[in-house]
Amino acid sequence: MSILVDKNTRVVVQGITGSAGSFHAKQMLEYGTKVVAGVTPGKGGQRFEDRVPVYDSVEEAVKNEGADASVLFVPPALCADSICEACDAGIKLAVCITEGIPILDELKFRNYIGNKMRLIGPNCPGIITAGETKLGIMPGYIHKKGRVGVISRSGTLTYEAVWQLSNVGLGQTTCIGIGGDPIIGLKYIDLLELFRSDIETEAVVLIGEIGGQDEEMAAAFIKESKYPKPVITFIGGQTAPKGKRMGHAGAIIEGGKGTAQGKIQALEDAGVTVCKSPADIGETAAKILR
Amino acid sequence: MLLHEYQSKELFRQYGIKVPLFKVVSDHAEVESAWTSLNSSKVVIKAQAHTGGRGKAGGIQMSGSVQEAREISKKLLGSRLITYQSGKDGKPISKLIFEVPAQIQKELYFACMVNRQTYGYSLIASTEGGVDIEEVSRKSPEKIKIENISGLCEFNDFRFRRLAKGLGLSTELQKQFVQVAKGVLKMFTGLDCSLIEINPLVVTEGGELVALDAKVSVDDRALWRHSAIAEMRDKLQEDPLELQANEAGLNYVSLDGNIGCMVNGAGLAMATMDIIKYYGGNPANFLDVGGGANKDQIVTAFKLLMANKSVRAILINIFGGILKCDVLAEGIVQAAKEVEIKIPIVVRLEGTNVQRGREILGSSTLKFVTASSMAEAAKKVVEVAR
Repeated sequence: MSILVDKNTRVVVQGITGSAGSFHAKQMLEYGTKVVAGVTPGKGGQRFEDRVPVYDSVEEAVKNEGADASVLFVPPALCADSICEACDAGIKLAVCITEGIPILDELKFRNYIGNKMRLIGPNCPGIITAGETKLGIMPGYIHKKGRVGVISRSGTLTYEAVWQLSNVGLGQTTCIGIGGDPIIGLKYIDLLELFRSDIETEAVVLIGEIGGQDEEMAAAFIKESKYPKPVITFIGGQTAPKGKRMGHAGAIIEGGKGTAQGKIQALEDAGVTVCKSPADIGETAAKILR
Repeated sequence: MLLHEYQSKELFRQYGIKVPLFKVVSDHAEVESAWTSLNSSKVVIKAQAHTGGRGKAGGIQMSGSVQEAREISKKLLGSRLITYQSGKDGKPISKLIFEVPAQIQKELYFACMVNRQTYGYSLIASTEGGVDIEEVSRKSPEKIKIENISGLCEFNDFRFRRLAKGLGLSTELQKQFVQVAKGVLKMFTGLDCSLIEINPLVVTEGGELVALDAKVSVDDRALWRHSAIAEMRDKLQEDPLELQANEAGLNYVSLDGNIGCMVNGAGLAMATMDIIKYYGGNPANFLDVGGGANKDQIVTAFKLLMANKSVRAILINIFGGILKCDVLAEGIVQAAKEVEIKIPIVVRLEGTNVQRGREILGSSTLKFVTASSMAEAAKKVVEVAR
């Protein structure tokens, strides 16, 4: 079991002929992902790697190849349009890797897709179900099929947590990088809800960072819903100065809100295990599940 | 990207938001003509610098004669303004605003920003203007009024009216407030702003609503579609190291510790700062070389770290994904040829092509302390920085 994606997920890669798109489409194919189509407007009719058909539109990819999920490697200026196109074509899950989309564009497509399509990202590493499929840019080999679900706003810090979980022998079910932008699709709460009913997921690692209120909302959700599985967290940016954007567009402490301390407090109040050091995530999970 | 007050006010005028009459002075020779053209017995002189707390630091002064204006300008122009928000080096002053002082009856606060939860905008207003709004929000949150604006629906006058009424404004002022709110929202969405703050928005003795100050920040990621705004960037206001990093496509933030950090990915970079602190050290910077850094960027990153004189040791923490460990290692070896390195370097490499990366570092003449985990790396770097 897993959430959102598995070995049967049929993936279209939007922007497959670009440099990032083609590189990662190849990596995804190697991992075993069913990449059934690519889309680049104006390049329809080609074949990617001699096997994956390229179409001019997502609509054609859905109609001809039965694609139900999309991964986007579309440049920031064009990406909002591509997300709306995926939604309109009936894609059920879109994963947007692109970093640097204007925030007001993000507002518009987030409003447009509403509940019609699930979106992961933008500005994220994607989603992987260990040993089955990956829709994203994470190095596949660090993952190991196992027992823990991972949700994170970061990319490489997710790899770090995944690596620790693999090294302590726990492995992962599904890992999702939800993205470092202020406006994103699926949030912690949506994914915690999905992990709740996934039998193979025995615990959830939730990696947060400064900025916004999503971690606080996750804490309230865990408390109020009496979340049945252990949640282990780490919050990055405990040493970040106020008012400075720390790499991610969404990682900024504004108006005294969004501090690491505030988030840690809220999570601890909800009974969540908070790791003080990012090096302790794997060990902490192992202790709890032992 | 932050705009100066004078730039923001010029934009305000275009969006129908009233501002006081003002002139921009960037040279001593312009003082007299600015003074004369304002035709006022008193003129407020305001230093244009990207920092708050200008008033208390002497960056805003009243002049009663052209002679006095000359003296104030002489002191301010070309100097650096150090305030409680500016950092210890302050911000350079290369322009001044000469402004006709407003006859203030009442000071309000008004701001617009993106609402991350509603996928829309928030308008924030308060009767407590001209002071630190965070303080107001802590001490008397009931004095802060918020209206959430949909990201899709353009019919919001009723919300503006509700906000105006909540501030206890007269009927005439409520009308003016609706116009200000309309202008602000139009400018916010039209120019891809990430913040518009008017503090204070004043009610004058003459019964007009006027933006006395302005803080406007524009989304860097949308500057490609606003070339006129992009040209307003004042690079002198930015931290030189942060600017250099920015131009090389790197994310750098100066901090006040002594351990330089080079990391790939923003989340891991923050976590690296945190773990240094956890083991009793102090990070000198946040540096994210990004997912797909090339050799040149690694060289630039290394130079940035070495340019900070307080750095006593360096921690390189890389989890190779798209950025391959061998590329990083080559970059470091190359950088070491170009920059003299006298301080200890702790390296922790993991991920894609890690073996090859370790070999490149191992066969170079450089002396590295290697670590196999993040915790070990942090412990070691804190030790050698002592």
